[in-house]
Amino acid sequence: MVRGLTYLLLFQLCGEIISRSLDLPIPGNVMGMGLLLFGLIVGLVDVKWIEEAAELLLSNMTLFFVPAGVGVMVYSDLIVAEWLSITVATVVSTFVVMAVTGVLAQKLETNRDDDVG
Amino acid sequence: MWAELVQTPLFGIGLTLVVYLLAQTLYRRVNSVWANPVLVAIFAIILVLKGTGVEYRDYARGGDMILFLLGPSVVALALPLYQRREEIWKRKRLILIGIFAGSLASIISACGLAWILGGSREVILSLAPKSVTTPIAISIVDKIGGIAPLTAALVVLTGCLGAVCGPEFCRRIGVTSPVSMGLAIGTSAHGIGTARMLEVNRLAGAAAGLAIGLNGLMTTFLLPILMALFGF
Repeated sequence: MVRGLTYLLLFQLCGEIISRSLDLPIPGNVMGMGLLLFGLIVGLVDVKWIEEAAELLLSNMTLFFVPAGVGVMVYSDLIVAEWLSITVATVVSTFVVMAVTGVLAQKLETNRDDDVG
Repeated sequence: MWAELVQTPLFGIGLTLVVYLLAQTLYRRVNSVWANPVLVAIFAIILVLKGTGVEYRDYARGGDMILFLLGPSVVALALPLYQRREEIWKRKRLILIGIFAGSLASIISACGLAWILGGSREVILSLAPKSVTTPIAISIVDKIGGIAPLTAALVVLTGCLGAVCGPEFCRRIGVTSPVSMGLAIGTSAHGIGTARMLEVNRLAGAAAGLAIGLNGLMTTFLLPILMALFGF
């Protein structure tokens, strides 16, 4: 467990270093995800080393968003002042994106399966 | 004594864990998507803080420690991607097309609607990366001139909405395959949607995790081009 967490944090650190030193628009943790995936695929990292720690974090991931959401309370005045445009744009756009990506991917996926026969 | 205790991380961590566990119990009891534990926990904690007059920055001493675990969790998303790499790789074309279209649709629909409804320039720009994961969204908004804290709030609201309504909405419009549903909810509702997808289906979770990174990348590059195009 400790070993797994250490690996995850080290990959995040590597991601942070690359992202910051090259001034990339990708944050360190997303970069770290890419690096770890690469490490797993080329065999640099054994999946057994990280499995337990990764599963523990992933199965509780929703909990980690709670403090981020509580941060909303600090900006409640701003949201109240322009609530209409903010609410409509956020809600409608959330569904538009799901529909566009979902329907397009589902269509392409069905066609692909047809091609395969 | 209480004033001192509230300023230790114990308060923020304890409050978050207790409320979250209660919210999960409630979710199992009422069996409604609107009782989403993240959404309920966020509102309940805000009510507790407002009710007791505890400052947000005191809560954040503990809250930030929990939030920190989000970093290694995003790194850990490499695991489902690795486990499902063959299924993902076979669908690389539709994954790229789907996320690209969603990224474009997100910017245009969010900014367009806010513009039509008379939103201020700052609000319109702050809305642009609302479907992008928090750390990327913040760096984007800093560059284009929106209000970073507002974007952070909108990102969380979008994520909760997508996680709560996403799976049912996708089923109703005929998006039923795990990869397509994962892409749809990951592109729209980033990490919160992905966490929800991981509970539903492993492959859907892997696709959603991939969508977080790719949507963030595409939005980063698309936004300046669109702004120039619309002369914004």
